[in-house]
Amino acid sequence: MRRLALLLLWPLLAGAAPTTLISDISQGRIDINTTFKGADLLVFGAIQYPAGAVPDAPPDIAIVVRGPTQPVTVRRKQRVAGIWINTDSVRFESVPGFYAVATTRPIADLADDRTTAIYEIGIRNLQLAPASGASEAETLSFERGLIAQKQKSGLFAEIAGGVSVTRNVLYRARIAIPAAVPVGDYAAEIHLIRKGRVIASSTTPISIGKSGFERWIYVMAQEHSLAYGIAAVAAALMAGWIASVATRRG
Amino acid sequence: MDLYLPIAEMSVNALVIILLGGGVGFLSGMFGVGGGFLTTPLLIFYGIPPAVAVASSATQITGSSVSGALAYWRRGQIDLKMGSVLVAGGIVGAGIGQIIFRALQKLGQIDVAINVIYVVFLGVIGGLMLYEAIGALRLARAIAAGADRPAARLRRHVPWIAALPGRTRFYKSGLYISPLAPLLLGAVVGILTVIMGVGGGFIMVPAMLYLLGMSASAVVGTSLFQIIFVTAATTLLHATSSKSVDIVLALLLLSGGVAGAQLGVRAAQKLRAENLRLALALIVLAVAVRLLFGLTVPPTALYTLYGQ
Repeated sequence: MRRLALLLLWPLLAGAAPTTLISDISQGRIDINTTFKGADLLVFGAIQYPAGAVPDAPPDIAIVVRGPTQPVTVRRKQRVAGIWINTDSVRFESVPGFYAVATTRPIADLADDRTTAIYEIGIRNLQLAPASGASEAETLSFERGLIAQKQKSGLFAEIAGGVSVTRNVLYRARIAIPAAVPVGDYAAEIHLIRKGRVIASSTTPISIGKSGFERWIYVMAQEHSLAYGIAAVAAALMAGWIASVATRRG
Repeated sequence: MDLYLPIAEMSVNALVIILLGGGVGFLSGMFGVGGGFLTTPLLIFYGIPPAVAVASSATQITGSSVSGALAYWRRGQIDLKMGSVLVAGGIVGAGIGQIIFRALQKLGQIDVAINVIYVVFLGVIGGLMLYEAIGALRLARAIAAGADRPAARLRRHVPWIAALPGRTRFYKSGLYISPLAPLLLGAVVGILTVIMGVGGGFIMVPAMLYLLGMSASAVVGTSLFQIIFVTAATTLLHATSSKSVDIVLALLLLSGGVAGAQLGVRAAQKLRAENLRLALALIVLAVAVRLLFGLTVPPTALYTLYGQ
């Protein structure tokens, strides 16, 4: 009954100026150049309440920054004849190259499992799409292995308390982007959560790409690989020859 | 000084890489070896992906062999005919090696395979060098104590190599043998160049001396000649198929290596040859033991990720 009432009320509620999120990021484009050591991305913005009625309780906010997905094969090492070699593997079809979530409070306190799963808030809620004939328990252990590796390299991160809110209106979070970040189109998703439900969302695109010399080298290596190889050999021969001349004089 | 490597896709301390190149260059200047067998494992220890380490190390060797080869060329100590046969074999071997490399990459075994091959080769060669170095030291001590110098053993040809068909003359090498033998030797070294990222001089030189029976004056120059061409071909193969040649990494290694080699040559002149060989044997064995240790201890991470 209550659900039906809500459904009927929805157009009215939606019509009555909803709470909206205004968001921005410090850098819409992150350039990977020769001196790139990683970056700090600042995601910030304001909550616009209907009729400017700022509530007394602090709002809950989850900020998700995610990178392009790609298939990843996870291999498990096993001891064979005394040495550790890769044996079993599970392929995950859609693994984000980067995933960081900053929240005002621990994710478990923000909303129930279903809500966080739908919005993919929290690393364990990522839908990695494992493709294998292995049992569920097996797949789960591979998934844990994948997550542990990604966390170790700073490519997956959960920062509880990473979002700070000022006067219940302004919010900001700092997301660390490591040097080993994959290039591509990223998105910062900001979710406003009240009483365990997402009541407003906003998405801002970010692009991360190699620039200048780094980009030139990378594009050459990928698209003109023969020319790149010849150039690499020529550069090495030149360097060797210069060294030879320099040392003969010296 | 941090530097982002465009192909390895990671930030490295440029100074560490230059010093690494310099250290290996020092050893190679000191001992007259290429040093690829040290560069690749050291890069892997540093965290460079093995495929990038192997490919870029091959590129670096091309550059570091040039000055040596030019010096031997001026002195007329390169047998071009022998060198060409070795290069032809080497390029065939590099092609075979590339197929093996790709297959291992697909199976996800390339990291383990590179390590195992390194342990086997460095272990065997380090062991042989140690045995030989200790023998030489004992002999030197015996001579110092007044013993007679034993007559050098001379065995010109290994019987089965001399029996191969189609013999031809290699003047500078002082040989009249079938080109099949150097062709085969070149191919074996070519396979190793692709998979291990080494020039292969540490196998080539003893094989030329003791298997082919080449005259010693042409051995090192011809070996360097072969290394330049085969590592260049390897760079091209890696660049076009696995796209793992990092030119920035290779040039960093080279800049350190060139300076290190000069210092190494100077240092070597102050030390006794027997002690040098003993030290090199110990270094080679130490790298082998470190790699073996890495293979046998339970890894900190059981799971490894491979992107496609």
